[in-house]
Amino acid sequence: MSQQLDYLDFLESEAIHILREVAGQFERPALLFSGGKDSTVLVHLALKAFRPGKFPFPLLHIDTGHNFEEAIIFRDQLVKQIDEKLIVRYVADTIKRHNLQDAKGKFPSRNVLQTNTLLDTIEEFAFDACIGGARRDEEKARAKERVFSVRDEFGQWNPKSQRPELWNIYNGKINKGENVRVFPISNWTELDVWNYIKREQISLPSIYFTHERDCIVLKNGQLMNVNQFVKIDETDILVRKNVRYRTVGDMTCTAAIESVAYTVDDIIKELENTKISERGATRMDDRISEAAMEDRKKNGYF
Amino acid sequence: MDLLRFFTAGSVDDGKSTLIGRLLFDSHSISTDIIETLTKQSKNIKDDNAFNLALLTDGLRAEREQGITIDVAYKYFTTSKRKFIIADTPGHVQYTRNMFTGASLAHLALLLIDARHGITEQTKRHAVISSILRIPNVLVCVNKMDLINYSEHKFNDIKDEFIKFSNPLNLSNITFIPMSALLGENVVTQSSKLEWYKEKSLLDYLETVGINPSQELLSSRFQVQYIIRPETNVLHDYRGYAGKVLSGKYYVGQKVKIFPGNYDTEITCIEMNQQNVTEACANSSVILHLKDAIDVSRGSSIIPINELPNISNEFTATLCWMDDSSFVKGQKFYLQQNSYRTKAVIKEIVYKINIHSFTPIEGESNIQLNDICKVVIKTAESVCYDKFTENRNNGSFILINENTHNTVAAGVIE
Repeated sequence: MSQQLDYLDFLESEAIHILREVAGQFERPALLFSGGKDSTVLVHLALKAFRPGKFPFPLLHIDTGHNFEEAIIFRDQLVKQIDEKLIVRYVADTIKRHNLQDAKGKFPSRNVLQTNTLLDTIEEFAFDACIGGARRDEEKARAKERVFSVRDEFGQWNPKSQRPELWNIYNGKINKGENVRVFPISNWTELDVWNYIKREQISLPSIYFTHERDCIVLKNGQLMNVNQFVKIDETDILVRKNVRYRTVGDMTCTAAIESVAYTVDDIIKELENTKISERGATRMDDRISEAAMEDRKKNGYF
Repeated sequence: MDLLRFFTAGSVDDGKSTLIGRLLFDSHSISTDIIETLTKQSKNIKDDNAFNLALLTDGLRAEREQGITIDVAYKYFTTSKRKFIIADTPGHVQYTRNMFTGASLAHLALLLIDARHGITEQTKRHAVISSILRIPNVLVCVNKMDLINYSEHKFNDIKDEFIKFSNPLNLSNITFIPMSALLGENVVTQSSKLEWYKEKSLLDYLETVGINPSQELLSSRFQVQYIIRPETNVLHDYRGYAGKVLSGKYYVGQKVKIFPGNYDTEITCIEMNQQNVTEACANSSVILHLKDAIDVSRGSSIIPINELPNISNEFTATLCWMDDSSFVKGQKFYLQQNSYRTKAVIKEIVYKINIHSFTPIEGESNIQLNDICKVVIKTAESVCYDKFTENRNNGSFILINENTHNTVAAGVIE
């Protein structure tokens, strides 16, 4: 038997180790789960970390209300199948409660408003750690973040004075009011995630695979799906295309890509040849400014 | 395919970002939309042919504004032979703690030297850090060879000087490569301009260098992270000790001791990926089951009876202080070694190390940000450890401030 771990084994073991550190160090953790591929991989890793026991945390979905139906169906099926607890909190409720201005415009994304709901939910349940599926290869501010990322009582990230984080020693000690965001798959790339999904035969929502859809073609070529939240103008160019999603987020700011990838193998092949990054291809929210992600994180975003 | 983690050290002026940029480019790891953004941002730079590659690694607003690297950035690329994780670390002395963070897990240190300027204070600092953290391979890249006419003579001078000054540091496997990152010479392919250099190009070296002296050959170490107790009707008596094999090997039937407590017992079952296995190698995350119902909790070590470690509540360690507030005499800490936590004090400061000359300064009574010193640590409960030089995974710890809960120091045990 070969003793040298393959890199996927290594990444898997590292992630399981991090999940167990959360279980060992925190009183009230939660795992953020949207039904997207990254958080689905996290759930799969949690099964490996804690079965035959139950998860030492509930799953938590911050629901923008702008969902792909397929992702929600998938979410509920998976939760039922693994028999774990799911907490859902709605951005719409936060808007009502705090009398906030809902997102406006042609593509009314609730991506930023989501942060309010997350922070409220953290307070409601007194969560001291939130596990998320963010990866360092997604974006350059994320590339800087620690695995255990301490947020102050306002949920803010302070990138200039992050705790040192050495070896595999994770310091989960925090003061009252603070909480920690934990990223077990920090060191995975998009391709690693797909190779792992293939190896482990993990099921995903169908929108990750090719399907026909009505889309608006944006000036930069991005394909936005036609749905009840998006205002269609006369000048919009509408097309029906074979598309798939590389990420599953708020429906109003997540673009589809043209693709005929039907299987996980097809997707891996497609990614190996693509020239556009994951967020670049699919997210409108990062294109606002050079430091968009950094600024959102400072305000409590994931 | 295996995985190599390395850290890059050197300033932007040494061509560090150009080098990383080239590795990412040539392995097709940068996407066109990112290049587009970089090109836009680089508009105010004089040379409009090239975009500023530093913008690729300096991900924070403050870093881009000041043109310096403040914190570690992680970058990823894959070739047909290996997957790589780069920890791009800062060079300025005030960010030493971030260098330690980036370097701590590395299999390899890539120290970049500008051929025109030779060895600088920064080079020395990075070499000292590589020495303290026992980085298994040290690669010295002498960059900008094009600006010194590819002179073999000057390259050899730098090489000799490095070997001389680093002699007391006991660095392992030092390799020197002359290159021009800007022109791509000796980065991916060998250069005709460097005819006198017959060894491997950088990428060739990175793809073939040995990863870590095998952790399987070290003594077996395992710490409990979390105890799994389903407490259901079917699994009423199930009690599994979840953790990662830090080094060595564990197998069913192995006679082991539990620390703290010094209890004897035996491994009856190993679970991995929800299946029973007969053995588990280093780095595997597993669940161990023991024959006897004894006191085992988070942080307990499970150790084969014939491979016992050191067990003591007092030991000497080299410490790097990482907090803005200085050490106060009598201060108490939490010491965390993997998942094991106990209270600790610094009983004695043996000496401070001058990071530039690597000479000891005795009679010091305070420890400040970025200071490196040899200290005696005393702990409330005994620690089950190995010397860091013998086992990186079981000989390192952090100190946590009792009140602020910040990680104030990192230590390696002697």
